[in-house]
Amino acid sequence: MSTEKVKREPLFSTKYRKLLTIPIGKNNPITVQVLGVCSALAVTVKLEPAFVMALSVVVVLTIANVLISLLRNGIPPRIRIIVQLVVIAALVILVDQVLKAFAYDVSKQLSVFVGLIITNCIIMGRLEAFAMANKPWDSFLDGLGNAAGYGVILIIVAFFRELLGSGTIWGIQVIPQGFYDFGYKDNGLMILPPMALIVVGVIIWVQRSRNKELIEEN
Amino acid sequence: MFSNRYIFIYSSVMVIIVAAILSAAASFLKPYQERNIREEKVRNILASADIPSTKADAEDLFQMHIVKEIVVDLKGDVLSVYENGKLQQGEVRAFEINLRKEQKIKEAYLLNESQKAPGFPLYVCEKEGKTYYIIPLRGKGLWGPLYGNIAFDDDMNTIFGANFSHDKETPGLGSEIATSEFADQFEGKTIFDSDMNFVSVKVVKGGVANSNINISHGVDAISGGTITSNGVTDMIEDCLGNYVEYIKKQK
Repeated sequence: MSTEKVKREPLFSTKYRKLLTIPIGKNNPITVQVLGVCSALAVTVKLEPAFVMALSVVVVLTIANVLISLLRNGIPPRIRIIVQLVVIAALVILVDQVLKAFAYDVSKQLSVFVGLIITNCIIMGRLEAFAMANKPWDSFLDGLGNAAGYGVILIIVAFFRELLGSGTIWGIQVIPQGFYDFGYKDNGLMILPPMALIVVGVIIWVQRSRNKELIEEN
Repeated sequence: MFSNRYIFIYSSVMVIIVAAILSAAASFLKPYQERNIREEKVRNILASADIPSTKADAEDLFQMHIVKEIVVDLKGDVLSVYENGKLQQGEVRAFEINLRKEQKIKEAYLLNESQKAPGFPLYVCEKEGKTYYIIPLRGKGLWGPLYGNIAFDDDMNTIFGANFSHDKETPGLGSEIATSEFADQFEGKTIFDSDMNFVSVKVVKGGVANSNINISHGVDAISGGTITSNGVTDMIEDCLGNYVEYIKKQK
């Protein structure tokens, strides 16, 4: 990414739009880079916690990326990982406290996983690989794009797991009672974490069969 | 390059700024969090007597069903009574009691009887013409505190319903104590044997059916959640033990 030439580029030039859209699609953190999978397994039983988790990661990653990018010239390289961790940890604690105050039920469901955003490798990865070397607006878009790429997969997985596992969407029953009368049963297996891995696998398969560039050579 | 001096100053300033932001946020959000915790306490007490509630109607249902709040001490004497919206006797309302503090006071009291005596809350619940007694619980799990409420039939021996919650037990393992499948096992269990000796209800690893514990004093533990399950056993025994003298006096 060349940063010197950028003088008066419009806010949504092609380059900027790419920063935002590439991580959502072609370079998705979960399906292509296979990062942050463990939280994707844990919080996707229902749509609501998955959505809140996605939102939390968007907030944390975007703000952390911008902050680190603003500070990047002052951060001593020898303690840069510590500085990044402090920024992430502070943001995560803030998010956790806000959830406890305004979305108590969801914060109970997410329990430890909000705290574990600190260890989400997508966040550290973006700070270290991108924000340390790029301007704030680039970093803002990059953070937003990567977090959205993570969030989109979380929400897709949660949609299928909730629909097939509990017959509901966002807690509202969508599979009519008539189906159950005919002997339809919710698939209890979908509620268990391994099925999230299989759903993620199916998403990866669909994505690669549509986009041949992503298929490895061997 | 950056000197050591710069690095030290940089990190100190950073830590101070972050600490200031976090403590400001914590004190600003505290009232909201405390309201949620209070609301949850109300809903959990109601849930143990099988009264479903929503966020909106929890306080009203609590006033309607919980007709009396009593504080008892270890000797079985009543320290305070709260009824009809005001204190009839004593100084503190059962609902306002912080179990954790009382447990600390109890420890000191057991070592030295001249210390301040602890008081434990008991809620009297009326539902559909029947009376239930609800006892709140607090104990230790694997990673943090466990909470619970047990509702008794009017013989103060047979469990009518129970519920449990926790702060940070392992999701999928220890955290299963918060499910109704686990809590429903307690229905119909008794805490006294036929000679009125206090035996509590134990959470049995490997299943009650395979142990030498009487089926009416035990429930099945959670696979993979042994320490949490043991925590529940200790919590029930410890907390209900505080009321044994009071219950015996009522007979």
